[in-house]
Amino acid sequence: MRSTRVAALLALSLSSALVLSACGGGGGGTTGDAQGAPTISVYGTEPENALLPGNTREVGGSKILDALWSGLVDYNQQGEPENAVAESIESPDSQNWTIRIEEGWTFHDGTPVTATSFVDAWNFVALKTNAQSSSDFFSNIAGFDQVNPAEGEPTAQAMSGLRVVDDRTFTVALTAPSPIFVSTLGDVAFYPMPESFFADPAAFEANPIGNGPFRYEARVPDQNVTVTRFEEWGGEQPVSVGGVEFRFYADSEAAYQDVVSGNLDFLESIPGSFLIDNLYQQDLADRNGNQPYAGINTMTFPIYDQRYADPQLRQAISMAVDREAIINNVYNGLVQPATGFVPEGVPGKVDDQCGELCTFSPERAKQQFDASGFTGPIELISNVDSAINREWMQAACVSISNTLGVPCNFVPVPTFSEFLDQRRAETLTGIYRTGWVVSTPTMDYVLRPQYTTGAANNNSGYTNPRFDDLVDQGSTAATAEEANALWAEAERVLIQDMPSVVINDQSAQFGWSPRLQNVELTYGRELDLESVTVQE
Amino acid sequence: MGRYVLRRLLQLVPVFLGTTFLIYFMVWALPGDPLAGKCGDQACPPAFIERMREEYGLDQSIFVQYATYLGNLLQGDFGENFRGQEVATLIANAYPVTIKLAVVALVIQAVIGLAAGVLTGLRPGGFLDNVVLTATLFLVAVPVFVTGYVLQSVLGLRLGLIPPTVPADPGLLDLIVPGYVLGSLSLAYVARLTRTSIAENLRADYVRTATAKGLTRRRVVGVHLTRNSAIPVITFLGADFGTLMGGAIVTEGIFNIRGIGGLIFGSIQRLDGVVVTGVVVLLVIVYLLANLVVDVTYALLDPRIRLD
Repeated sequence: MRSTRVAALLALSLSSALVLSACGGGGGGTTGDAQGAPTISVYGTEPENALLPGNTREVGGSKILDALWSGLVDYNQQGEPENAVAESIESPDSQNWTIRIEEGWTFHDGTPVTATSFVDAWNFVALKTNAQSSSDFFSNIAGFDQVNPAEGEPTAQAMSGLRVVDDRTFTVALTAPSPIFVSTLGDVAFYPMPESFFADPAAFEANPIGNGPFRYEARVPDQNVTVTRFEEWGGEQPVSVGGVEFRFYADSEAAYQDVVSGNLDFLESIPGSFLIDNLYQQDLADRNGNQPYAGINTMTFPIYDQRYADPQLRQAISMAVDREAIINNVYNGLVQPATGFVPEGVPGKVDDQCGELCTFSPERAKQQFDASGFTGPIELISNVDSAINREWMQAACVSISNTLGVPCNFVPVPTFSEFLDQRRAETLTGIYRTGWVVSTPTMDYVLRPQYTTGAANNNSGYTNPRFDDLVDQGSTAATAEEANALWAEAERVLIQDMPSVVINDQSAQFGWSPRLQNVELTYGRELDLESVTVQE
Repeated sequence: MGRYVLRRLLQLVPVFLGTTFLIYFMVWALPGDPLAGKCGDQACPPAFIERMREEYGLDQSIFVQYATYLGNLLQGDFGENFRGQEVATLIANAYPVTIKLAVVALVIQAVIGLAAGVLTGLRPGGFLDNVVLTATLFLVAVPVFVTGYVLQSVLGLRLGLIPPTVPADPGLLDLIVPGYVLGSLSLAYVARLTRTSIAENLRADYVRTATAKGLTRRRVVGVHLTRNSAIPVITFLGADFGTLMGGAIVTEGIFNIRGIGGLIFGSIQRLDGVVVTGVVVLLVIVYLLANLVVDVTYALLDPRIRLD
């Protein structure tokens, strides 16, 4: 065997590998254009489901849907609904609503947005056989129990409470008055759908057509979704950016590095390690922001466990947590301590509902704890695969242990899905981490899904008929003021029972590249794509 | 040699069946619900969960699921993940990037490693030898994620010489830094392996013979010595190529490279057994083939080795 043959063999394999790898080379730049306007890139995560409004409940997907669709209403910074596609939403009794659509709205395929676009879309999402994840959002519309019965097959294909009056008007009949009906209409679940969707859902999934400021352009799995500006959009403001690339990252640290070096234009949550000593404010001088949003961090008691059944004990543990210390040590003072179960930024919230019970009061805590006769160590449980859950739970543990003089152990669960599993199976034997972010800005949306008896997210086994009753009364009150008063009353019941310890209201730290100007977050904690501008 | 290759290829079949089942079973046995993140923080409605379970066969036993999966796989259908994406598409998107990265890493470690090894092996105990010894010791001691993060933040963030992450469709130049990070550990091994081998063979009979025949030093070192000393290094590089193809999880994560490593990692986290098994099937095949190529290369390098 001659050495030249070896050399040739090696050279051949090497060059073929190089040729192979050179195929499809070249870079995907970030500056495409729609009529010359610049494109921006925004941090995102791979959507869990196809891009359908009725089947999307997680942030990765809803962020993109919000660019592709416009709903009847939009939320302002205070969480109040403002008409978008709707011209008027009126009701004499909060139960029978007449919704009139503004003229001039079209879908991206050119077909007009009509009353039927909404009614058909809502009926589709609500119908049990379509198994959409947002179906429950329609549960207070008359006829929902026929299209989506708890047991068995649906007996109707459409809800009797929805009626098309003319092209631009439809009526909604609810099963009971709802003072907050308008506030729910901004959720992705209520977006309209064009006729083409019902004709061929599979083709629609491959190429979603909305009525929003941006139209769908392309999607590469695990890489990105790109959208371009829709010139015939019916909304008011002229949109400045020509298109958006939602770029998916497996790891937000890489995204952060990209924002600092101007390789990515926007990141709406700075990773925990860069919040330490406010490092991100140095890295992103003059291009970072900190804005509270309607979300809350809590720790929930496993009330199904007899050891935690006594409300006095739960109050004692709440008073044993030094919230200020957690916020200063873990969050660098970037968030505010919670003063009630309803986070700041939810319309109708009453300030400082909780008082001493949610304030660090070591003496009273110790006294009340000793009286409860609790024995054995306290366990705090959290998943540790995201955010800084481990850090603040550990800090809480230290503070409980120091105050009450009992050992406290932090128990990590590796992944969120494992943690959720154990929560739902009610196998957690310690106090576990919970959190709630408000996507529909009402107190009802904070109290009902988490704390009413048997609610889907109430895994602790908490039940109090008086609380349930107050929440229900609020939901069917005649006016929003009355409703808010009833819900505030319900919150006070909750504080006495203390099924969870509230820790802090949440706040978003975000950063952007030197290209962006007029950066604002929407109520839903996303970049406001309609107002942001680009400076080249 | 043809029979040898055929026999080796036939060995692929039981290995293939064994690994796919093991992987499928292990992912399936991981705690957690693969549908957990579907509806964000909130609970999904029962009708939605029921349909998903039915659609993905989660209501059947692991054996039925595996049999169905294998049946589809043999027809070339890699299946769909829980997000409704074709696994074949995901692999087709991710694989070229990973191959590029592995090739860059392999070239870097082969070129630098071999050169350093030959130079130091010829003068063991010299100044250069000590420098390389210290440098490789350092490389072996520092974990990949440290090298990765340090290079990323120093070169990318503070000095601005490179973009901190790699674009979706990277060219070879974009991959030099990640390729170096990925190959740095093996680079040290290659250098040391080559050095030892060269230093040993320097005193071998055939080297003395070649020198005695009056061959130039360049020819003695370049052809006789290096070629014979390359055998253990080639074994190592061959096995390493298999590892590089699948083991780039950390590096791909740091530089946001959309390759196989990230795909496996994300899919394990999401309990997406179909994706993990599909990718691992390919990796097993690549690994076995790389080893086969290594064994065949032996015979080319050293005529005394016969393959029967």
